Amino acid sequence: MSEKSTILSVGIDIGTSTTQVIFSQLTFKNSAGYFAVPHIEIADKNVVYKSDIYITPLKDRVMIDGEKVRQIVAGEFSKAGFGPGDTQTGAVIITGESARKENSEIVLNELSDFAGEFVVSTAGPDLESIIAGKGSGAAAYSKENQCTVVNLDIGGGTTNAVLFDCGEVIAKGCLDIGGRLIKVDPDMKVTYVSDSVKRIASHEGLKVQVGEGADYQVIGSICRKMAELLYDWLNHRSSPLLESILTPGSSPFDFDKPIRAICFSGGVADCIYTHQDGPWNRFGDMGILLGDAIRQSRLWSDYRVMEAVETIRATVVGAGSYTTSVSGSTITYDRDVFPLKNIPVLKLTAEEQEHCFADDREWFREKLRWMLEQSDSDSLIVAMKGKQNPSYTELRRMAACLTSVMDEALPPGIPLIIVLEYDMAKALGQVMNRLLEGRRDVICVDSIQVDQNDFVDMGKPLVDGLVIPVVVKTLIFG
Amino acid sequence: MTHNQMDDMINAIVERVAMELSKGASAPEEKKEGASTFDINKVEKKDLSSGSSVQSAGSSPADGTDDGELIDITSPEVKAIPTLKHCEDPEGLERMMRSTPARIGVGNCGARLRTQTMLTLRADHAAARDAVFRDVDQSVLDRLGLFTIETKCSDKTQFLTRPDLGRQFDDAVISELKSKCVMNPDVQIYASDGLSSTAITANLENILPVIIDGLKAKGLKVGTPFFVKNGRVAAMDQISEALGATVTCVLIGERPGLATAESMSAYIAYKATVGMPEARRTVVSNIHSKGIPAVEAGAYIVDVIEMMLEAKASGVDLKK
Repeated sequence: MSEKSTILSVGIDIGTSTTQVIFSQLTFKNSAGYFAVPHIEIADKNVVYKSDIYITPLKDRVMIDGEKVRQIVAGEFSKAGFGPGDTQTGAVIITGESARKENSEIVLNELSDFAGEFVVSTAGPDLESIIAGKGSGAAAYSKENQCTVVNLDIGGGTTNAVLFDCGEVIAKGCLDIGGRLIKVDPDMKVTYVSDSVKRIASHEGLKVQVGEGADYQVIGSICRKMAELLYDWLNHRSSPLLESILTPGSSPFDFDKPIRAICFSGGVADCIYTHQDGPWNRFGDMGILLGDAIRQSRLWSDYRVMEAVETIRATVVGAGSYTTSVSGSTITYDRDVFPLKNIPVLKLTAEEQEHCFADDREWFREKLRWMLEQSDSDSLIVAMKGKQNPSYTELRRMAACLTSVMDEALPPGIPLIIVLEYDMAKALGQVMNRLLEGRRDVICVDSIQVDQNDFVDMGKPLVDGLVIPVVVKTLIFG
Repeated sequence: MTHNQMDDMINAIVERVAMELSKGASAPEEKKEGASTFDINKVEKKDLSSGSSVQSAGSSPADGTDDGELIDITSPEVKAIPTLKHCEDPEGLERMMRSTPARIGVGNCGARLRTQTMLTLRADHAAARDAVFRDVDQSVLDRLGLFTIETKCSDKTQFLTRPDLGRQFDDAVISELKSKCVMNPDVQIYASDGLSSTAITANLENILPVIIDGLKAKGLKVGTPFFVKNGRVAAMDQISEALGATVTCVLIGERPGLATAESMSAYIAYKATVGMPEARRTVVSNIHSKGIPAVEAGAYIVDVIEMMLEAKASGVDLKK
């Protein structure tokens, strides 16, 4: 009996300014003792290959050039020595201003050969914040030191912030502050100014205009104002200016705990941690000045500054290493029908699940009908918390309710998929299987938390079939 | 340290604390500090009043408002309240306390434990002793339709002092067993009190039917379930031989600790025989509300038994 499995995960990050690929090896291992029920965990995440950092190929300001992205990815696969079929999981994440539905379709089409069996495409500012915070090492630091850590992932166009408390996300948000919001050519001429910079400049009574000369003093002042705005943002000091540069579609960055430590990632982070020598415009933008401004601000002096494990690669490492989680180790499935992709979730609240524990079929039938009308997918996941120590009577009622209503409502051949938080999936699945008498497959997994509007991918079973890898996609182009 | 020694020691300490309190030496400070730390002032007051000598002899005025309603100092809610004072990071302490059932964050009073810590320890210890000496709730056995047989032990004291007798049955008992049970089953399941009757009372109803239904659904012949009083794990060997069972599974109460008295285990063996090596038993342990839930353990055991029948092996042989 093997107690260990490894899978290869690919992370692809297509951002506003850069595109990167990494490969990482995830090791799943049984951590329970010899006499205990198995408990499989992701024991190790090892980045085995990091690509070069490419400028994202764009057709115009926001549309991705799919063909060129494909060439980059193909080149990196062959450089890394992996074939398209070698990856079992991973994520393509399209971030920043390129995070649009059209782009996702282009990328999905172009990359479908490389997707292996189990790669997802996802984006949205909130998710990007979380992924970057995990990739930078902020989440791990917060867990290890049992403290709050804020991670600021400062990229080309946006700053994605996430606050971890003991490793858990407690707040996330996004601001239009980044290193490429003013672009400057080698002749010191301004070639691009973003809307957010225009707003900040006019507020400060400064002028930056495309086609004119780039003034070190003026751009420096704007950068100092940006650092101040970031500090205000972390300290709940709202202002009309700050409100005006919040990234559309992101969450409000609300929290009620003091921040203990700060971590910087993203391209600008390298300019924060150490001053970059040479002319300030050598990257063709304001990044170096923004980095200097942040290092000289209260963001640097007021908090414990932690060293990021990854800076410019935080998002791609997060995408490749932290998007896959693992199910509980006592679960039910009949046959290997995996991978399953993009299954929508019907989440029952703690009160709602009581209807199922009480076998209230009328109620559940209505709820299920509503969900099936909402979604254009044939299959769905019914998710709920479950109970820590359910009685057998409750379990049988729940199984009877789920089985009869779902069997009646779902098209033939579609498996019944249940996702629970508490450890009870094997017991529930066994009873459901008995009731169905083989009419349908039952997939029942636990130790996974999902919410309404999530989409879930389930990969091929691992470690002697004890567990399945799961990717929960919180926001698809929100 | 034996239980008696432990009891004596606890008694001595509690008495000494009570005496010092009555003298009024450290009492006022002790009380004041306690009251300021506790979120639930009521807990402190009632907790102290439950040690009646403390209350009557103490300097605090007699409090007539405490009628009846005692706080359960062994409840998870009360145990979750740190009694350690002047803590640098209270939130961190609570987090650590949540992650372990060990008695951390309790503080001290000079070289000694606090009265509350001591009383909680005694109460938990009493629960553990009860788990050993009490009988399984008969109504649970009745609801499951289990008949009872006894090992050669005549009472709990003999059960504790003569482990060998807890593994054996009189011939008359064996013939009774044979007359009441289906012979030569694929799987024989039974329950036994072992060292914690509380564990059986708490878990049996949520695990036995799960296993029996699960095995029957797989088309296996399941033996007649019953209950063995004063039984040790290895009693399953004689039962297996007597009934000609292919796989035998006993659900048995585990030696209670101070964290939980409700922990149950399943010992399962393929073609168990008297005197076989212990390594041939497979065990699924830690079955209780805070460990692996009974229903989930039951479902897991069904799969383990199926695997055993396929591999024709159990214990270490099965893991190979």
